[in-house]
This record gives sequence, structure tokens and C-alpha cells, in this order.
Amino acid sequence: MSFKIVVLAKQVPDTRNVGKDAMKADGTVNRAALPAIYNPEDLNALEQALRLKSKIEGATVHVLTMGPARAAEIIRESMYRGADGGYLLSGREFAGSDTLATSYALACAIRKMGKVDIIVCGRQAIDGDTAQVGPQVAEKLGLPQITYAEEILDLSGNVITIKRRLERGVEVVKGTLPLVVTVNGSAANCRPRHAKLTLKYKRAATPTEKQIAGSDYTDLYDARPYLNINEWGVSDIDHDIKWLGLSGSPTKVKQIESVVFTAKESKRLTASNEEMEDLMKELIANHTIG
Amino acid sequence: MNYYNNNPALKFQLSHPLMQKIVTLKEQNFADKDKYDYASRDFEDAIDNYEKVLEIIGEICADVIAPNAESVDHDGPLVLNNRVIYARGTQENHDALAQAGLYGMALPRQYGGLNFSMIPYVMGGEMISRADAGFANIWGLQDCAETIAEFADEDIKAEFLPRVCQGQTCSMDLTEPDAGSDLQAVQLKATFNEKDGLWYLNGVKRFITNGDAQIKLVLARSEEGTNDGRGLSYFVADNKHDHTVKVRRIENKLGIKGSPTCELVFTNTPAKLVGSRRLGLIKYVMSLMNGARLGVGAQSVGVSQAAFEEAIAYARDRRQFGKAIIEFPAVYEMLSMMKAKLDASRALLYETTRFVDVYKAYEGIEATRKLTSEEKADYKDFQRLADAFTPMLKMFSSEYANQNAYDSIQVHGGSGFMKDYACERIYRDARILTIYEGTSQLQVVAAIRHVTTSSYLKQIRHYEAQHINPEFDSLRKRLISMTTLYENTVTRVTETKNQEYLDFQARRLVEMAGHIIMSYLLILDATRDKDDMFRKSAEIYLNFAEVEVRRHATYIKKFEAESVDIYKVQ
Repeated sequence: MSFKIVVLAKQVPDTRNVGKDAMKADGTVNRAALPAIYNPEDLNALEQALRLKSKIEGATVHVLTMGPARAAEIIRESMYRGADGGYLLSGREFAGSDTLATSYALACAIRKMGKVDIIVCGRQAIDGDTAQVGPQVAEKLGLPQITYAEEILDLSGNVITIKRRLERGVEVVKGTLPLVVTVNGSAANCRPRHAKLTLKYKRAATPTEKQIAGSDYTDLYDARPYLNINEWGVSDIDHDIKWLGLSGSPTKVKQIESVVFTAKESKRLTASNEEMEDLMKELIANHTIG
Repeated sequence: MNYYNNNPALKFQLSHPLMQKIVTLKEQNFADKDKYDYASRDFEDAIDNYEKVLEIIGEICADVIAPNAESVDHDGPLVLNNRVIYARGTQENHDALAQAGLYGMALPRQYGGLNFSMIPYVMGGEMISRADAGFANIWGLQDCAETIAEFADEDIKAEFLPRVCQGQTCSMDLTEPDAGSDLQAVQLKATFNEKDGLWYLNGVKRFITNGDAQIKLVLARSEEGTNDGRGLSYFVADNKHDHTVKVRRIENKLGIKGSPTCELVFTNTPAKLVGSRRLGLIKYVMSLMNGARLGVGAQSVGVSQAAFEEAIAYARDRRQFGKAIIEFPAVYEMLSMMKAKLDASRALLYETTRFVDVYKAYEGIEATRKLTSEEKADYKDFQRLADAFTPMLKMFSSEYANQNAYDSIQVHGGSGFMKDYACERIYRDARILTIYEGTSQLQVVAAIRHVTTSSYLKQIRHYEAQHINPEFDSLRKRLISMTTLYENTVTRVTETKNQEYLDFQARRLVEMAGHIIMSYLLILDATRDKDDMFRKSAEIYLNFAEVEVRRHATYIKKFEAESVDIYKVQ
């Protein structure tokens, strides 16, 4: 029985380590200045997908990512951890997409894949923090969705049981496949890259990457088809051009405010337990921590 | 953070010219390239594969093992119903490495290994030890699999080696209450049962690291009525945790607290013979021991690195008298010496590992075909070098790890004495390094014959003849005169033909050779390096080494052989 799991993943600038030039003058993220990483909650999603795969015979995990040529790295990273392959959705027509245009493009790509049993993605990406793409993809595909998932507890037939992590507790819900699941950062960490899989897939490449690299190992791509990463452009999906890229993106950045934290007052504490405790309470009360 | 990517000194070692030979021998001309989808296809590909895997280890070290180190040290393992339960962090560390397929790196692919050379494996040990020295033991015990691969029958290999690659842990059960350094006194009894063709083990083992492991290599007395090393054989036991091997207690230790040190009771434990009877101690344990000493070398360099990093970070941060303490000569000299000792012991670690690598690769080839006489001579040369360098490495690197750990606390001042900083844990963890797998004193016993047979001198002359950057010519001149001094001092001691006197001065002689060798290695590394990583350490180490060599020479020159008597204590 084939069972197709698709993980939506995004390559994001590492906004956890921002420097001075993290933002451009127009208020958008300066992607060139920050290292590109696998969006952390998408890794949580991948782990849930891989766990599900291990429970179902014949199940496959494929990663779908939209981005420039270098975003293929996300697909390889996934394969090093156990994914079977992936699709890179790339082309200038997709540039400037907000969440609406992104979810439209992703939905078009998923439709093209044929039967998909479950779509898993991270709750949100650390560059935009919108948490919109997963739910929007579900809407566009007309699928049910379970958000804020922490753990896939069970799959019996086509009924899936999922634990959700909400602000003030947990909730266990059931849903019917096919559906979309968005996964929280509180879910299990993704497994590390596996040594053998890393060596097996390290040359996996999209056609564009192969062209640029002019690899010494060209014969290998025929002998080992799994090394070929699918690369889809706008012509590979059924679409209406007006919903893609900039023209499909109603979001506009109105204004950017640069917030600079400056110390206004300083406070000296002794190392006594009482003062430490008071400080903890104060910081929790004003939401600095906790 | 990544413990591989943030330490360019490791990548530098992968670019050593001998790597080409090591990889080509180990891969037997890349015979596996189309048989396994993860096998390397050529030299560049193999080095790239090493790096890819080292990056995974480096990431696990930074993200999992290092953050767990403090709690593992605090919690430690415990014994429940005669079983060891690891500290939570220890289990997490092990699971991460097993899940990433990193156990069995050096084993042949047919058993599920990566068939890597020793160099990347030793680098893994160094990085893991830098993250948590105690955990490096659990990682390092996969050396047991090397012994099985080398000496056991095919059916034993097929039974146990794939399990090591899947992450089952090992232990080497040698020491007993009455047999520590003197393993000839081992009494644990092995009895053969004709009916099922198995051996059965009965007795007690003590100080067994990771003693509750699934796969155990046990040294036992198979020949009834014998009392020495020739009555001992080597066994592999599959610990099914069915109470035939019971953990009676675990030791409460000064350091490496995460690594469980067990007292074990064997009761009719079924086991299989590894190799031939009577060769247990004299052949197999000696081989295992050499591997373990290399492992302690890696562990020591990791500890030195960790100690240095803690010290330099604190020295940059800590301000006194209006400036950072790193600006004071007394502090920066201490830090530069720590760095020089770290770089020197790392240079010695990878030089030794390369020697081991070449001879082990020949050993692997010899199992499949007859070596040519040329190959055989090369094999023997490298084996001799490995034998000579291993005890020297073990002694120096472990002593330097302790000195660096001591100085790391000193740089921290009073704060370093508190539990708040990692340097106190590193200091406690370092202490075992000069003791286990043979004390420093026993390393001298193994090394001294390479002083008297001139193995070290020959290798020093070899280094002397290498091309070096002209800016180091003056350093080489100093080394040449140090070498003459060493040669004369050795003659002065050996011509007395007094064994006890030679034993008395042995450590000084081995140290003289070691200082000269490490100075040369640093100069050679500094010559080859484009990023200027080792130039300062080469000079700083030589300044130190020169005084040490002269100090020992003066001591021996002024010493009358008969004066040994005044040191004798009743």
C-alpha cells in the first residue's frame, strides 16, 4: 500500500542570531546577511512525518519547498534524516510571494503530486512568524486541518489521533485523512542526520545544481535515480499566474519601526535568595521571561 | 555551534600528505564503491565523507552532549536490580549517536560499518571528550569491536559486529580485585562445556567501565592449574541481562561520573572464545590496550581543548584593575602555554594515529591476500612507529590535560574553585587520564625500549631531514643541539649497564625524546599550514621543551648511579 506523506519545509534566514544588517531599508528581511537554515518547526514536522513513516509499511516522505536554487539544501537535509526525496518549487514567477501566494503555489504543487495522504508542516517560520501557510494550504486543497500538533498519537485506518499543545493545556483530537497537520516547536526534536544516509544522498541535486556544478560524477545520476531532486517551475504546475508571486500577494509592508532597547535604569542586586526571587517574579510579571 | 567546524585544527589534520596512502590502503583501491551506496569512490570523495560525518558528530557534541555534561556529572548512573541505569543525559547522548549511525565508524562495511580510517574515528573521540570526557568512554568502548574484527572467527564477527553498528554498547572486562596493572594474576574462570560447545564464566571483575554493556570482552583463565598470562584466553559474552552477569555495585568516583564503573559477578555466563586459547593476554589484550591508549590520547586532547577554551573565555571576560585579565603577562603566558601543550599533544595524537592507520590497513589487506615483501617491510615499519609513539602519546597528552585543567582553574581564580564553572568538572575528569589504560609510569616502561633501541632517535632524524619553512631554520638548529644532548644523555645512562638505574632515569629520557618530537611536529604543521595556526605554538613549545630537555640532561649528568639508593623508601 502506498502512503504518501508530504512535508512542507522552508529555508529561512537564521533570525535567532541577528546582527545590525538584518533588515533592509524597505523593512524586509535581508536574506543575504543571515545564514540560511532549516526552519526549526519544520524540522519538528519532519520528525513527526518520519515517525509516521516508520509505522506504515510502504510509506514515503517527500519534502516540498519553495525557494531559490539553494533551497534544495533543505531537501537534502531531509533526506539525510530519512526522507525519500523532495520537490523544489523555484522560479522568478514565485518571487515576492506573501503567505497567500505561497500557499497557492504549494497547493498547486501538491495537486500535481496525485494522491497525498497527509501533509505535515511546521506551525510557523521564524522569518515571518505568521503561522498562515499551513492553514491556507489546507483551505486551498479543501482539506481538514489540525494545528499546533505536538504528537501524532495513532493512525487507525484513515483516522488520525493527534495531541495539540494549546496555550493553557493539551487537547487530543481525531481527524480523517487526507488532512494537513501543523506542528509546534514543543514536539520532539528532529533526529540527527544519519551518517550512511548523508553519504548516500550527499550528491543529490536538482537539474539546475547539476548544471552549475558540472559534476565529475554525471554517470552516477543515471545509475542512482534517487540522487535526482525534482525541480518544478511555474510551467510544471496548473496555475493562474495572477495568484502567484508579487501579483498574488496583497500583503504590503506599511511601516517598519526599529526598536532599540536601551538601558534606562540599572539596578544592583546582592546575591541573596530573596532578591533573586523578587527579580524572577518581576521579570515573569512583566513578561520579560516565561 | 559545531565542534568540528569551529576547530580548524581538525580539518588541517585531514590534509596531511600521508592521508592519501592511508585512505588508498584502507579502501583497497575503492573496491566497495559500487557495492555500497555510501562507499567512497576516490580519495577526495573519502575525505569529503569523513568531513560530512565529522560535521554530524560535531553537531551532536555541541547540541546534545555538551549541554548534558553538567547534569550527567551531577546525577551519575545508578544500580537498580543489578542493572546499571545511565544518567538521563548519558542515555540521550548515546541515543543521538546511535540514531545517527555513528557507532562502528571504523568497521568494515559488510558488518554495517563505514570502513573509515582511524583518523576520523579518533577525531570523533576528541570532540566527544571535549563535550564530556566521561561520555567519551562509552563511545570509545567500540574499540572492542575492533578486537573482534581483528581476531575472532567469522561467525562471531557476523553475530556481534552488526550489533555494535546498531548502537549496542561494549565493555572490556579485564581488571579484578587482585589484578590491576598486573593482569597476569586474573582468576575469573572459564570452563568448556563439551555438550553445547560453549564456555562458561565464573568469578568477579572490578573497575569495569560500562560493565552492564550488551557485548562483553572478558579475559579469563581457561587453562586450569596455570598461574600466569599464558593460561588466559579472551572471550566474548552476549550479556542478555538474565542475571548471569550481575552488577554488584558501581564506584563513587572523583570524575568522569557519567561513566559507570562496575563490580561484576559472573555466574555461569555463556561465552565464546575469541581467537586461540592462551593468547588472551599476550596478544589480544595487548592489541586492545594499544587501541585504548590511543583512545585516552584523544580523550586527553579533548579535555585539554575544553580546559583551554574555558580559561581563555574567562580571561577575556574578567576585568581586574581596570582591564581584562588576559592583558596581564602572568595570565597570557599561562594561556599561551596551555595552547602550546594542547597543539603539541594534538600533533602527537594524529601523528600516532596515522602510524596506527597504515599498519592496521596492511593488517586488513593481509587478511585477503599475501603482502609483497616491500609491503611487509612498510607494514613492520609503521607498526614499530605505532608501538613507539602510542605510550609516548598516552603519557604526554594525559599529563598535559591535567596541567591544562589545573591552569584553567588558576585562570578563573576563586570562581574556578566553585561549582559554578565547568573548569572544576574538567579538572576532576582529567585526573583519571594519567591512570587508566596504564599509568604514566607504565607508559614509560613501554616507551623506554624505543629510547634504548633508538626508534625515537631514528624518527627524530627523519623529521630533521624534512623540508621546513626557512623562518623555522633557527628553531631547527636548536632542536639539532637538543637531539645531540638527548643522544649523549641516553648513552650516559645505558653505558652503566644498570637496569635499575635505567628504570630510574627512564621517564626523563622518554620525556626528552617526546619534547623534541612534539617540537618537530609543530614546526612541520606550521610549515604546511596556510592559516598560521601553529607558528606561535611551535615557538612557545620549543622554548619550553628546550629548557625541559636541558633540565633533564643536567639532572642526569650530575647524578651518580649509586645515588639511586638514597631514594629507596622502606
